[in-house]
Parts: sequence; C-alpha cells; structure tokens
Amino acid sequence: MSVLVFVEIKDKLTKAVQETITYGKSLGNVTLLTYGDVSDSLLLETGNFGAEHVLICKSINERNEQLLSNLIINAVKKYNCEYIVLSQDQTGKAVGPRVAANLEAGHISGAISFPEKSDEFIVKTNVFSGKAIAFVSVHTPIKVISILPNSIPPKENKTTALITEINEDLGEARIKVKELKPLGDGIPLPEAELVVSAGRGLKGPENWGIVEELANSLGATTACSRPVADIGWRPHHEHVGQTGVAIRPNLYIAAGISGAIQHLAGVNGSKVIVVINTDPEAPFFKAADYGIIGDAFEVLPRLTSAINNFKSSQ
Amino acid sequence: MKILVCISKVPDTTSKINFVDNNSKFDQNGVQYIVNPYDEWYALVRALELVESNGGTVTTITVGNSSDDPTIRKALAIGANDAVRINANPTDSYFVAKQIADYAANEDYDIIMTGKETIDYNGSQIGSMLSALLEMPFVSLASKLETEGSKAVLERDVQGGLEVVEVDFPFVLSASKGMAEQRIPNMRGIMAARTKPLKVIEPVEQKALTSVVKFELPNPKTGCKYVDPENMEELVELLHNESKVI
Ligand SMILES: Cc1cc2nc3c(=O)[nH]c(=O)nc-3n(C[C@H](O)[C@H](O)[C@H](O)COP(=O)(O)OP(=O)(O)OC[C@H]3O[C@@H](n4cnc5c(N)ncnc54)[C@H](O)[C@@H]3O)c2cc1C
Repeated sequence: MSVLVFVEIKDKLTKAVQETITYGKSLGNVTLLTYGDVSDSLLLETGNFGAEHVLICKSINERNEQLLSNLIINAVKKYNCEYIVLSQDQTGKAVGPRVAANLEAGHISGAISFPEKSDEFIVKTNVFSGKAIAFVSVHTPIKVISILPNSIPPKENKTTALITEINEDLGEARIKVKELKPLGDGIPLPEAELVVSAGRGLKGPENWGIVEELANSLGATTACSRPVADIGWRPHHEHVGQTGVAIRPNLYIAAGISGAIQHLAGVNGSKVIVVINTDPEAPFFKAADYGIIGDAFEVLPRLTSAINNFKSSQ
Repeated sequence: MKILVCISKVPDTTSKINFVDNNSKFDQNGVQYIVNPYDEWYALVRALELVESNGGTVTTITVGNSSDDPTIRKALAIGANDAVRINANPTDSYFVAKQIADYAANEDYDIIMTGKETIDYNGSQIGSMLSALLEMPFVSLASKLETEGSKAVLERDVQGGLEVVEVDFPFVLSASKGMAEQRIPNMRGIMAARTKPLKVIEPVEQKALTSVVKFELPNPKTGCKYVDPENMEELVELLHNESKVI
C-alpha cells in the first residue's frame, strides 16, 4: 500500500507530526510530503518514525490551502497513493476535505483510532463534541484520513529517509497573507498534553496570575470556560467546550468551572481530569478523576508549589 | 452583495445522546433541534451585518427534509432574506457539499459561508469541500471579516497564531468565534419569517462516500477520588504514580 503523509514542519518534529507519520506507517509505505524552509536534518528525522521517502517543496513559503491541495493531489497521482494521512489541525481542516473532494475520495475527519480489523475500512471518530464515538466506513478506493491530535501514540520505526526536492507549477495563490499575529510560543490547545483551565469562579481577569503560574510550572497550556472568554477576561482562542476548542490532553485541571454539559462536551476526551471547586455539588465532580473541594485562590498556589517541589526533586 | 449561508440543524447542546437500532442511529426521541451555533451566531449574523451596511441579500441553504423547516425559519427570523432547502437526507459531507455546490454554481454568490463545524458530527468539512467543487479560494476558521468593494480582509486561525489575509470575491469561508455576536430574533422578525420565501429543490444524484456503521458511548468515569485541599503533595503523588500523567 502506498501512503502519502502530509505534515507541516517548523523547528522540530512536533508530537502531531510524529503521530501522523506513525499512523501512515501502520497503513503501508510512507511517502512524506512537506513544504517551506525545513532543514535536511529535520527531514531525515522523519525516518525515525517510518518515512521512507520525503518530498519537499521549498517554493511554497506560506500556508495556502489551494497550493497545498494541488501539491498533495499531484503527489497522490504520481505515486499512486491509496491513503492520504494528515493531522486534523488548522491546516488539515482547510486542506483535507478539499483534497478529498477533488479526488472524490471518502474523508475521515478526526480519526481517533487505527482502522478496525474488518473487511471494510472502518475508523473511529469523535462525534457530538466527544459525547459519542462513531465508526465510520470509507467506500472509495482512495481514502483521506485526518487524525485528531493526541489520539495515536507515536512509535519509532527507524528507516533511512530519502529526500527529494520537488518544484511544480501549482497555480497562483488567490489568498494573500498580509500579516501573522503569533499567539506566543506555547503549545496550541488542541495539541497540548497538559492543560490548566479556569472559569467564572476566578472572579476577574486580574486573578489569572495563579492560573498562569501553575501552567508555567507544569509546562501546560491555559484554557477557560466560555463566559470567561465572552466577557473578555481571556482571549477567545482559550475557550474550550462544545462551542470552543475541543481538547484531549493527558491532564486537564479545571478550577472554578461548574462543569456544564457544554463545557464537558469539549474536554471529556481528557485522560485525567482534576476539578477544584468550592461547591461539593458542582456537576464537574461527576466527570472528574480527582476532586478537590476548596477555594481555587488557596488551592492553585499550593498545587504550584507542590509541583515545583516535585520537579526540583526529580 | 450576494451572500449564501449554509445552515444545518443540530441537537440542542443539553440533549442526551443515545442510539437506537443496534446503536446504528441517533435516537431523536425527545431531542430539541437548534440552528448549529457556528452557522447562526457567527456566519449568519456577520452576513446580515455586511448587507445591512453595504446592501445586498443573504440566502440560507440547507440539505435536509421538512423536519429542517423550523430551524430554517429561525434563520429567516434572525434576518436572512430567503432560504433554499435541498430536499434530501444528508448522508455524508461529500453528498451535502455536492448538493450545495451544484446549486451555488449558477447563482453568482460573492461569499459562501459555513460554520467552522457542526456540533453533532464535528466534521469541519463542508466549506473546504465546497471550495474544491466550486474552484474558489477557501478561508478556514475565520474570526473577522471586513469587505471593501469586491475584496475582503479576514483574520483566520492558523497553527500558532492569527493570520490576516486578503481575497477577492467570490470565496468560501468557515466562521469561528469572534466573527459576530449572537442575535436574538425579535417578534417582528419571527412574524416576517413566516412569509419569507423558502424554496425547496430536488437533489442531484450522488452516492455517499462514507457511512457510519455504528455508534458507541464513551466509558463513563468510574468515580472521583477526593484529595484534601491542604495536601497538594498527595495530588502530585497521585498524578505521578497512579495516573502517570506528570
Ligand atoms: C449553546 C451553548 C453553548 C455553550 N458552549 C459552551 C462551551 O463551549 N464551553 C463552556 O465552557 N461553556 C459553554 N456554554 C455555557 C455553559 O452552559 C456554562 O454556562 C459555562 O460553562 C459556565 O462557566 P463557568 O463554569 O466558568 O461559570 P459558572 O457556571 O458560573 O461556575 C463557576 C464555578 O466556580 C465555582 N467557584 C466560585 N468561586 C470559587 C472559588 N473561589 N474557588 C473554586 N471554585 C469557585 C462555583 O462553585 C461554580 O461551580 C454554552 C452554553 C450554551 C447555551
């Protein structure tokens, strides 16, 4: 089976990239496709996860869905690929369905598992914002699979990657990028393994210092409940839940969040949930692994210093 | 300015999710339907704001059967001028995109909007597929949209930040939070919606490329272990040794 794995590489092989290659490798021989200014040493590193052949298009230097879709489609045709694997991140959401529609191929949006052992090609995805799981069957010879970050454990599978630089006429970009406003160097929420989140219980934006301090000492990304983003205490991109970002970290710490059904929908894919709330009846405790009935203003700093002590003893 | 907004109905966010027929179908029993929040709060409202200041029309389009009509009327009550319903059961996202693209291909829309995803299937696929089928540029996950003549400036969510982009009409976008504020329809809007045109058209032939064979509910949590708020060393110990997440 010939598999095309599309990834974006910046200054290291992120976990999302490792997951995507691992998934591709489980389906067959991996041709990896990427673009932009990526060092040879990083490209060679993709071989550690099973990429045998690496195609790099250096002439594309910004994220343009039209050019990237054309790039992927050309490679699929040239190498007769049956599977196209990419990450269900911002770029994947823009490019994956476009490629699938162009090839009239079935698309799995947000795979959370390897294919089932079955005669058909069946993969699990999250639906109803994580309240349920669907088993989706793809009926077309070419299959496009976008995998949800933090769903597939990366696995080393050493091969030597052969690098080929490609240069193609992909047409003219119709979207012009004017400016990039970076959101900081932190790990983006959908890919974060550790998340510290807070809600209205924190009483005001001036109190977020204790949330950020805990996140810093853990190396976690910060998140918040919807009302907190709506009233402008925190930026919109931190809003998690059914109508915000859906996340599936290893650890989700929620302080001063009641645990409304719409909040739980976006976070219940987390492996371990810690809830800090003054109200023993808060619904969130029903979805928690560890509960702390207490005041976030006291508990958060205490937890931060316990984490710091733990880290310095390691 | 001519804008098309894709509208879909989804179960209310407080719905209990259950399945019937051997876990192969969503249990609609007692479920209330709403307009998908991303379609309504962000795409539709921004479209209305743009025609309010520039002139033009906002048409909504839905692939579904007559049970979708109440949510379509809700979108008309919020302010859309007219609606189109393609009379078919939406079998998979390619099927839906194909129906909408087939209709839109002859209508000269300047902007085609979708929500960034539906809150039931969370596919985030229709906008991107439409852009392929209509050969238009696609601005995904847009949180801001301004227009000037036949040009638009948008902010979109990309890996690691927000990007400001410029694109000429026509184009497709998917709307995310930030684009507009939710609007509550008023009595006049609700009355007017009853008589606004809702055109029902028949679908074009298209097989589904994917299907759901069954559903499953996630394993429920087995119970919460309470930790003394004075003793965060114990929590750290549990996170490290018991659940091994730090
Ligand atoms: C269509 C729709 C979509 C929605 N989508 C989302 C979504 O995506 N994400 C989302 O989060 N919400 C969403 N909501 C809103 C949701 O219903 C809740 O209103 C919201 O999650 C509540 O936020 P909160 O927990 O921060 O605030 P509250 O419900 O006000 O809870 C505050 C909590 O803090 C606790 N508290 C107070 N003081 C302290 C203290 N000192 N220490 C510790 N705890 C304290 C209180 O006991 C309480 O439990 C949606 C609602 C609707 C209708």
